[in-house]
Amino acid sequence: MSGTGVVAVYGNGSALTEAKKSTFSVKVGLAQMLRGGVIMDVVNAEQARIAEEAGACAVMALERVPADIRAQGGVARMSDPQLIKEIKQSVTIPVMAKARIGHFVEAQILEALGIDYVDESEVLTLADEENHINKHNFRIPFVCGCRNLGEALRRIREGAAMIRTKGEAGTGNVVEAVRHVRSVMGDIRVLRNMDDDEVFTFAKKIAAPYDLVMQTKQLGRLPVVQFAAGGVATPADAALMMQLGCDGVFVGSGIFKSGDPAKRARAIVQAVTHYSDPQVLADVSCGLGEAMVGLNLDSKVERFASRSE
Amino acid sequence: MVVGVLALQGSFNEHIAALRRLGVKGVEVRKAEQLQDVSSLIIPGGESTTMAKLAEFHNLFPALRNFVKMGKPVWGTCAGLIFLADKVVGQKSGGQELIGGLDCTVHRNFFGSQIQSFEADLEIPNLASIEGGQGTCRGVFIRAPAVLEAGPGVEVLAVYPVPPDSNLVDPLIESQEGEKKVIVALKQGNLLGTAFHPELTADSRWHTFFLKMASEIEEGASNSIVTIEGSQPTLDQLERIDLPIFQ
Repeated sequence: MSGTGVVAVYGNGSALTEAKKSTFSVKVGLAQMLRGGVIMDVVNAEQARIAEEAGACAVMALERVPADIRAQGGVARMSDPQLIKEIKQSVTIPVMAKARIGHFVEAQILEALGIDYVDESEVLTLADEENHINKHNFRIPFVCGCRNLGEALRRIREGAAMIRTKGEAGTGNVVEAVRHVRSVMGDIRVLRNMDDDEVFTFAKKIAAPYDLVMQTKQLGRLPVVQFAAGGVATPADAALMMQLGCDGVFVGSGIFKSGDPAKRARAIVQAVTHYSDPQVLADVSCGLGEAMVGLNLDSKVERFASRSE
Repeated sequence: MVVGVLALQGSFNEHIAALRRLGVKGVEVRKAEQLQDVSSLIIPGGESTTMAKLAEFHNLFPALRNFVKMGKPVWGTCAGLIFLADKVVGQKSGGQELIGGLDCTVHRNFFGSQIQSFEADLEIPNLASIEGGQGTCRGVFIRAPAVLEAGPGVEVLAVYPVPPDSNLVDPLIESQEGEKKVIVALKQGNLLGTAFHPELTADSRWHTFFLKMASEIEEGASNSIVTIEGSQPTLDQLERIDLPIFQ
């Protein structure tokens, strides 16, 4: 298959004698099944059911949505496993949960709970200011945030099977998510037109592993699924992220901090499917009630995105 | 021949890419009226509840059921298999709407959650005899369903042994050794179902098998549909770049 250009084949393709669990392809595979979907933050089983009924393709189980983490302050940690279990039992769609950056024991606990994906998230307080979790050591797949191409590829090298933009969680302001996805896409466009000889220096400049930079150049996109996250609050925001080239959208505080969560959730799900059809977008955006209030990103607002490199 | 791929959510890009590798045009289907422009349909993997909800919001189910009833070829992978089944167990509370047509009982998430997801080589004697190549194919099972029971008119194309640690009640096929097996690929008339994801592998035999199935059915039908090329380009038709295929 190497002749077809955009298809990279891993390994030697030898036959499997017995079933292999948790190979990288299986980890990326679940993310591929989530493409074109919306992943919603929920804090209890009731909200999880609302999300499922609205057509979410997965839920993120949390104790507090990012907007509340911002408002209340204090150390934000992994959620109570009891809460995660309750949410898992209440729905049939995949359940994700957040672990602190570098806190590999929280990740081990989440793996033991049998959830479907771990988000190693800058929204929680850092546990390690230098190192991220070595995600190759886990059978469970990870999603990580990024602000630019170099950061995305460093996370993939650490074993992340899915990437999301960091955006600025809990603000209801999409400007940072747009900045981050534009940065990643822009760098990939530059990379695609680059001479092969220049890729070595480019890899050094963005501090990313050369082989992954080269693979990204060949594919013309990140080698894993890329979602948008951080500040998405309306169907139009979600469709904007899809038109900018994301594979799907995370919505955090935007749904359950709004006036009519069930209706808004459903509208965002429809907006992601019909992202390129303004007629449908206009229909679903009508009469959604109040959106979350949102924050303007002045210098007093803490930037979660700059907590890790 | 234009093959439609239901593009509500899930791995529709992967199916379109797999068809493109075979030189066949796949078009995204999101609305009922778009079904009139396609002669066959692939329902991709994804979250079946999400896809069912989206189909319900846009009133797609009557058109999809009609498409199946007209005898047009339809292939469902993973979530798509759930859609095509007459009976599904293990659904969310309140259940979900189905298209139906395949005389079988499907267990949603039979193989468990992501941590139990796996890839394995499957014995596919029937497929290999038609499409050639190795006697096995790589099956990627992601939170996969399985067929517990199939009616007499169903042709079984692949089975998989039930994991010994599985605590599920009597799955229904027993092989000679008494080892329990479930059906993971099956065909009934114009309908094809696979519990795994051929679109995630480089092995294109399942796609060629479906295309052959589709062309046979089309030749038989007197009113085979004329496809219209050069429809208005939209954002959907812009060049799409695929994810790598892992093997």
